[in-house]
Amino acid sequence: MKKNFIEKLLPVFALLTWVFLFGIMLILFIEGTPIFKSVPIFKFIFGRHWYPVHEPPEFGILPLICGSLMVTVGALVIAIPLGLGCAVYLSEIANRGVREIIKPFIEMLAGVPSVVYGFFGMVLLAPMIQKIFHLSIGLTAFTASVILGIMALPTVASIAEDAISSVPKALREASFALGANQWETITKVVVPAAKSGIFAAIILGIGRAIGETMTVLMIAGCCAVITPNFFRPVRPMTATIAAEMGEAPMGSMHYHALFAIGLVLFLITLGLSLIAEYLKEK
Amino acid sequence: MRKQKEFIGLLGLRISIFVVVISFLAILVFISSKGFKVLNIEFLLAVPKDGMTKGGIFPAIVGTLYLCLGTIIVALPLGVLSAIYLIEYAACKRLIKTIRIGVSALAGVPSVVFGLFGLAVFVKFFDFGVSVLSGALTLGIMTLPVIIKASEEAILSVPKEFKEASFAIGATKWQTITKVVLPTALPGIITGTILGIGRAAGETAPILFTAVTFYQRLLPRSVFDEVMTLPYHIYALMTEGTAPEFQVPIAYGTAVVLLGLVMSINFVAILIRVKSRRAKKW
Repeated sequence: MKKNFIEKLLPVFALLTWVFLFGIMLILFIEGTPIFKSVPIFKFIFGRHWYPVHEPPEFGILPLICGSLMVTVGALVIAIPLGLGCAVYLSEIANRGVREIIKPFIEMLAGVPSVVYGFFGMVLLAPMIQKIFHLSIGLTAFTASVILGIMALPTVASIAEDAISSVPKALREASFALGANQWETITKVVVPAAKSGIFAAIILGIGRAIGETMTVLMIAGCCAVITPNFFRPVRPMTATIAAEMGEAPMGSMHYHALFAIGLVLFLITLGLSLIAEYLKEK
Repeated sequence: MRKQKEFIGLLGLRISIFVVVISFLAILVFISSKGFKVLNIEFLLAVPKDGMTKGGIFPAIVGTLYLCLGTIIVALPLGVLSAIYLIEYAACKRLIKTIRIGVSALAGVPSVVFGLFGLAVFVKFFDFGVSVLSGALTLGIMTLPVIIKASEEAILSVPKEFKEASFAIGATKWQTITKVVLPTALPGIITGTILGIGRAAGETAPILFTAVTFYQRLLPRSVFDEVMTLPYHIYALMTEGTAPEFQVPIAYGTAVVLLGLVMSINFVAILIRVKSRRAKKW
């Protein structure tokens, strides 16, 4: 069979995703690694001080990594139970009519732009949290966690639902036949059977939370400090890049350091994506 | 005891759905109740005045639409062609799997990292500057995975008989794809594209260093001009400037417009999906 010009080019288009993926990694390497000439990589990652514009500057991203981890863990505490709850409800309990109404809601929740979440957090949630907990400032890791949790929820819910609804019906019927009630069937049969898909959902939720930028930029506060206190402002990696790239002169140490943070972020999310793919296959 | 356990468990599931629906409605109602107060024709069609404290958001609306259009032009052909290759041509299972992993991995890259990539490649290396072009290319690459996945599903759902009938009357593979498969898969492809565009319209981080400017009196005249966009406008109004008492109401108005735009985009996509499902005769 003779192929025309476009048909011959098709594989090239399909491989473009990998080209972009490698391109991103390459760019981050080229622009990020020069910082390691002046700051050793160990000191960069485990350094406790991020003072990019001090004289002399200090480039330690441990506080930024801790900031990212804190808001991500906080977000998961909200997104995992609620997301899984929604997923189980939709696939096990809701009838068709309810499902057709609720599912678009979850899709719409996923469609709300992150800057609108950030805005909502700034004008409503942060002042509320400030009042309730008597804080001097409402922009805290906790505030960001709540909003990020709502944002990561649709990701967890929709992927977990796919996994749960693909559990064969026979398993449920067998469980009911043994006298188990609906809750027992859900917790002891359906959820364990969909385990790896649910883990994949959680991991993609982590990826979503750790990579989110505008929300944390707007509501996590901005202190690059290491603190165990959720009611203090923190500064995640994404927010640091977004906030400082505009001021960092091109080619400066600060500029390269921000790309190096991008590289760290990229490698983390790439790892998470690959793990999720592996789990989905199982 | 078992009964009570079941009751509590199922109640928990219902509560999680309730929380999701309520938080979505809360965001929607809160922002629109405040935003609609500042919304009028002048707000939509005027340029900003007096250092962002008065006037409208017309340039931001236009800028967002330009970027969306650019994103479609970049991502739609690439995405559809990749999907055609994956479903209709690729024979090697491992290659298909590798490409799919690449697609998922690209989808997991944080938006701010795309911004770094766009800055280094389009703004700096190709010297497109901070412009509509750089922004659209960056957003296009980011949206690509969504479009590939949606197109794949749409093409896959075309019944085999359609293709066989086409081959039987002597059509070549390419003719079958362009005249039978793609038209049949079109609603699905459109739905996916619209959803992707909805996300691109609300993104801020990828265009932060590649396309946007805070203030512009004139509309962009070429693809090499910088633009104002709705999401960035919200962010800038909330974090820059010196007159929050005037800026915050404008931010509410802008958020309503952005939310309205994104929600109607999503709504149209859902509508097309439902309609095409009903219209299917096979």
